[in-house]
Amino acid sequence: MNNSVGNTARLLGAGLRALLVLTVICGVIYPLAVTGVAQALFNDKANGSEIKDGGKVVGSELIGQRYDLPLKKGQETPEPDLKWFQPRPSNGLGTNSVNTQYKLILSGATNLAGDSGSMKKGDTEVCDPKAEEGLCAQVRAARDAVIKDNSTADFKVRPSDIPAEAVTSSGSGLDPHISPDYADLQAHRVAEKNGLDVKRVEQLVDDHTDGRILGFMGEPRVNVLKLNIALKHLVAEKG
Amino acid sequence: MSPVLAGVLQLLALIAALALAYRPLGDYMAKVYSSDKHLRVEKWIYKGIGANPNTEMRWPAYLRGVLAFSAVSVLFLYLLQRLQGSLPGSLGFKAIDPDQAFNTAASFAANTNWQSYYGEQAMGHVVQTGGLAVQNFVSAAVGIAVAVALVRGFARSRTGELGNFWADLVRGVVRILIPISVIGAIVLVACGAIQNFSGIHEVGQFMGGEQQWNGGAVASQEVIKELGTNGGGYFNANSAHPFENPNPISNLFEIFLILVIPFALTRTFGKMVGSIKQGYAILATMATIWLGFIALMMWTEFHHGGPAFDLAGGAMEGKETRFGIGGSAIFSVSTTLTSTGAVNSFHSSNTGFGGGIDLLGMQLGEIAPGGTGSGLYGMLIMAIIAVFIAGLMVGRTPEYLGKKIGTREIKLAACYILVTPALVLGFTGASMAMDTPKNSMTNSGAHGFSEILYAFTSGANNNGSAFAGLNADTQWFNTTIGLAMLLGRFLPMVFVLALAGSLAEQKPIPKTAGTLRTEKPLFTGLLVGTIMIITGLTYFPALALGPLAEGLAS
Repeated sequence: MNNSVGNTARLLGAGLRALLVLTVICGVIYPLAVTGVAQALFNDKANGSEIKDGGKVVGSELIGQRYDLPLKKGQETPEPDLKWFQPRPSNGLGTNSVNTQYKLILSGATNLAGDSGSMKKGDTEVCDPKAEEGLCAQVRAARDAVIKDNSTADFKVRPSDIPAEAVTSSGSGLDPHISPDYADLQAHRVAEKNGLDVKRVEQLVDDHTDGRILGFMGEPRVNVLKLNIALKHLVAEKG
Repeated sequence: MSPVLAGVLQLLALIAALALAYRPLGDYMAKVYSSDKHLRVEKWIYKGIGANPNTEMRWPAYLRGVLAFSAVSVLFLYLLQRLQGSLPGSLGFKAIDPDQAFNTAASFAANTNWQSYYGEQAMGHVVQTGGLAVQNFVSAAVGIAVAVALVRGFARSRTGELGNFWADLVRGVVRILIPISVIGAIVLVACGAIQNFSGIHEVGQFMGGEQQWNGGAVASQEVIKELGTNGGGYFNANSAHPFENPNPISNLFEIFLILVIPFALTRTFGKMVGSIKQGYAILATMATIWLGFIALMMWTEFHHGGPAFDLAGGAMEGKETRFGIGGSAIFSVSTTLTSTGAVNSFHSSNTGFGGGIDLLGMQLGEIAPGGTGSGLYGMLIMAIIAVFIAGLMVGRTPEYLGKKIGTREIKLAACYILVTPALVLGFTGASMAMDTPKNSMTNSGAHGFSEILYAFTSGANNNGSAFAGLNADTQWFNTTIGLAMLLGRFLPMVFVLALAGSLAEQKPIPKTAGTLRTEKPLFTGLLVGTIMIITGLTYFPALALGPLAEGLAS
């Protein structure tokens, strides 16, 4: 009996020593070495690909932002500032509840199912037009807003023109991109609000469209922050 | 170019990269686990452990090593989280509650990386980098070690000796995981993944005001998270977070990292048992299932059945613009057919059938190609079952790789395949029968049931991905999923090592005209069929209540 207790203790001791040694290698030396190399070779990227405008950091190339008007009295959710290109919805983002000394953004998705907020119609499930919750309601609200916000005097948005990503939340809630289609769809409104020529704004979108890498990797996309910075300069030039 | 074609081309590029790495990596790993030389750094480590790496272990001793090391790992990680508030470098993050700390410790030591916490708001540098990331290395190395022990069981005869656990563990980390991780982490940083220790700091915004970011050793953790088929994200959004997975190249690279060791291990296996062709047969089985699942996933996600997706015009909910449907579908299948569980899109917002494919992928036992090590030994167990079924059909004593599959072997294989279904269905049934666990569901109806079925499937199979609508941070789920992860990891290992021991003791049977040729395509077909039938019979009723009900309604 004593012998087996002793054996077990010896074995656990070996396990603990193995873990501690491997912790030094994998948990201290390895991350520090990688950080050293990363900071030396790719300093900008290793620190979050920050973008500066007029000498000030205005965010990261990789992290999406909101472009909203300041909250008015009594408002709970801010309205979008339609002068600027708008990003995708981000209904899955959270705010921190544990470590409340910080105002952290919690990345995340809605995790809503495709049939949430649906109803039976015959044999199939369709979106319930009266649903107030669920993915059906979120998509409908986003679609109505896209139509309302982007229709101008001589440009009417048809529901079939709206790309899917414009009315859905991304996985991280921090998607920095929109599709070129969604950017083009916003060009009319953005031009009108800023007193610019539509053609000029469309040109701006084209200039800021990234195609698929090597022609096949990923999807074509427009970085909203970079586009808005360019737009800001265009408006300033016009004076 | 259409998104479908781009998706297919990305798949082809991935296959080409995997094919290029297959031989060199597989041969290299065979050499690592067969060599009797020790590197100087390894000798220092053995001295630190106080173990002689040249002692051969029989299966009980090997198992004791696995269990002792893993038990210490769970305890260490638990204490690290419980003491977080008092540790330096914790950014002011407090101690994790006992039930969640147990769940997380079990999760990372069991190579699962199920997360009931939000990375951003719970874990500081010390726990993330010194605790969780370390387990990403060592739990993967433990998996490979057990697989190698089983392979030695086939390769050796009349001995019962399976190698030395400490040597296999250390070599896996030092010679395989660390070198690939160093290179991989730099590649990810070059793509834009962050790697710093700046903690939580404020960054200006376009519209004024500030946003707060977590800085950390993200790239170095990201690479081993994929390479070791772990899956626990630095951030809550996991590989959908732009700091973890910044662009389409990093996305394909991460999928490559997930798959490269599990696929290449079939080459290692072939090399070590002295027949490369036997390795190819196993590889073909894995690749067939993996490709079939990707084809199905692409079809259902591009087809986007489901009321809300019809309204939106595409299944982009929970997906990132830069990856699109194609890059998300390949990732989603690869992460659930291995034991990874990292996500670049959120599975709960997949189409009904898409979520079902994720579930089924895990329910196959994650063997196509499966986790690092666990994929290979899981598949070899299935091969034993397939050989047994073939033997029954012709009335011949089954044999595999020159070893007789007798009563003891088939009993152990049967126990192996019963463990996870018992855990998954038992705990899911219990959760549905009780009142409060169901309050954790975000969605109702069939999808709500899927959330709970998914949670236990993911836990018991050591995947770690989630239908994340489920609020799993309750005492019930933290405890039961924690248990499912530990039992689902270590009970099967007991059976695998016992099996390895009994195979290694046998003397080889000479090949005759009546021997089933397990290196031929016919056997691959039989093996795929066996896997599908066993999984289908086990899980079909549960799948019918969840994803199938949802998928057929839309």
